[in-house]
Amino acid sequence: MSTKPGEIIVTGPKDTDEFIKGVWAQNPVFVQVLGMCPTLAVTNTASNALVMGLATAFVLLMSNVLVSSLRHAVPKQVRIASYVAIIATFVTAVDYIIQAVSLEVHKSLGAYVSLIVVNCLILGRAEAFASKNNLKRSIYDALGMGVGFTLALLCLGVVRELLGNGTFFNLSVLPGNFQPWVIMLLPGGAFFVLALWMLLINRLKQGGPRD
Amino acid sequence: MDKKILQIHSSPHISSGAGVDVIMRNVVYALLPVVAFSIYAFGLAALFTLMAAVLSCLLTEHWLCKWSRQTTSVNDWSVAITGIIYGLTLPPNLPLWMTLIGGVIAVSLGKFIFGGLGYNPFNPALVGRAFLQAAFPTAMTTWSAAFGAQRFTSLPASTLTFPLTSPQYDSLSGATPLAAMKFNQQPTDAMDLLLGLTSGSLGETCAVLILLGGLYLIARNMMNWRIPVGIFFTVIVLSALFHFANPHRYPDAVFMLFSGGLMLGAMFMATDMVASPITNLGCFIYGALIGTLVVIIRLWGGMPEGVMYAILFANAVSPHIDRFIQPTPFGHRS
Repeated sequence: MSTKPGEIIVTGPKDTDEFIKGVWAQNPVFVQVLGMCPTLAVTNTASNALVMGLATAFVLLMSNVLVSSLRHAVPKQVRIASYVAIIATFVTAVDYIIQAVSLEVHKSLGAYVSLIVVNCLILGRAEAFASKNNLKRSIYDALGMGVGFTLALLCLGVVRELLGNGTFFNLSVLPGNFQPWVIMLLPGGAFFVLALWMLLINRLKQGGPRD
Repeated sequence: MDKKILQIHSSPHISSGAGVDVIMRNVVYALLPVVAFSIYAFGLAALFTLMAAVLSCLLTEHWLCKWSRQTTSVNDWSVAITGIIYGLTLPPNLPLWMTLIGGVIAVSLGKFIFGGLGYNPFNPALVGRAFLQAAFPTAMTTWSAAFGAQRFTSLPASTLTFPLTSPQYDSLSGATPLAAMKFNQQPTDAMDLLLGLTSGSLGETCAVLILLGGLYLIARNMMNWRIPVGIFFTVIVLSALFHFANPHRYPDAVFMLFSGGLMLGAMFMATDMVASPITNLGCFIYGALIGTLVVIIRLWGGMPEGVMYAILFANAVSPHIDRFIQPTPFGHRS
């Protein structure tokens, strides 16, 4: 590896900036538009979104830690294969953990827990950040991206569950004669909600309409 | 349109004067008989639904224009057309709050988000209706009978449902001709379909008035006649073939042509100038595609009606149709 430890590639005065970057300026879902498969598929309820976000964040953190620690040991030619092996290991662990904690949640998430392996966010951070930065920065980066991803999934999950089911984390918050919006529980609704969140966030980032 | 005394621009210098607002105003004239008949057939419910539809579309457009600091484009009538057509596709006893939400979705997500008039890949009115169909499938498929005795004096209970709550229907009646055919194998008299004596969405029942409105626009050269002709031809040929093969299973061509939203869709929705192909041959292909999809969805789909999805799908395909039907430039030698 040509990269030396401590060499700064992503500019930023402090390590903690890596955390803020993942939550806001480079939010994986709303800005980078990575990991759309779980974002659109399993955010039909807030709890599903939370579990999915946390599982992804955990895998991301562990893979970033390992990839960053091993960045000098892994030959460049086989780095992607080694990242996939590292990620798959933690995904398997997460899969079993969720099964052990709640079989119900595991069933409602379906194949999407296993599909964390191919979440391009995790592989992307391993390749673009962890393999080029030291352990501390990689941890901050993983935490920021993980929290950003979880928050984004929650943003979708809360809206979709509220309109699609009239509930908030399975608690009934709207009157009994609330008319559910069936589309919100279907993938089509996820596209609508995601687009509107992106609209709002882009608007907030710009601070005003373009002229 | 702002008038300038001295106009400095390149050719053409002579125009027919038919700008967006003139064409759109004529579409409104063409739709007026349909609107009048729907109010006559469904009474106050139709009046309120249409007003809510038009109002929600107009206000959304106006507010979005203000929000993005553009000159408001409400005056060109195009968004009023969207509102009227959207309202005409709704079932008569739909709760008003659903009508309002659909109107907001139609203009904001169907049109404005793509850049406003001229940039919408889909017919905005149908985007609003498709959203409602997916969000509230029960309300969108509950029909009340036309010509109810108290239609001019009272509103259906469901119309004034409190926002975001489930509607209560006072009477479950009036299956559309297509639903009666699909689920009960019960055909409807062709004369009833022509004159609009059946149940259905507000503006789709009276085939004669829709045809008249369409013919007016075609006569004034404000609509490409190839699109409806392509649709009608395909639907007639395909449904006649299937009816000939198995008359018990498949309805005849006349029924297919005059039932449901086919007339309204072919005349006023498929012909959306922005979302349909530019070339004449492309228009035939586009019409044939819609006709084929309508027949497929109606005969083998889970739903009795498929005009909306057929048109939306063809809208998505229409730029590609244009790409494959490139006209030969003048003077081109192969």
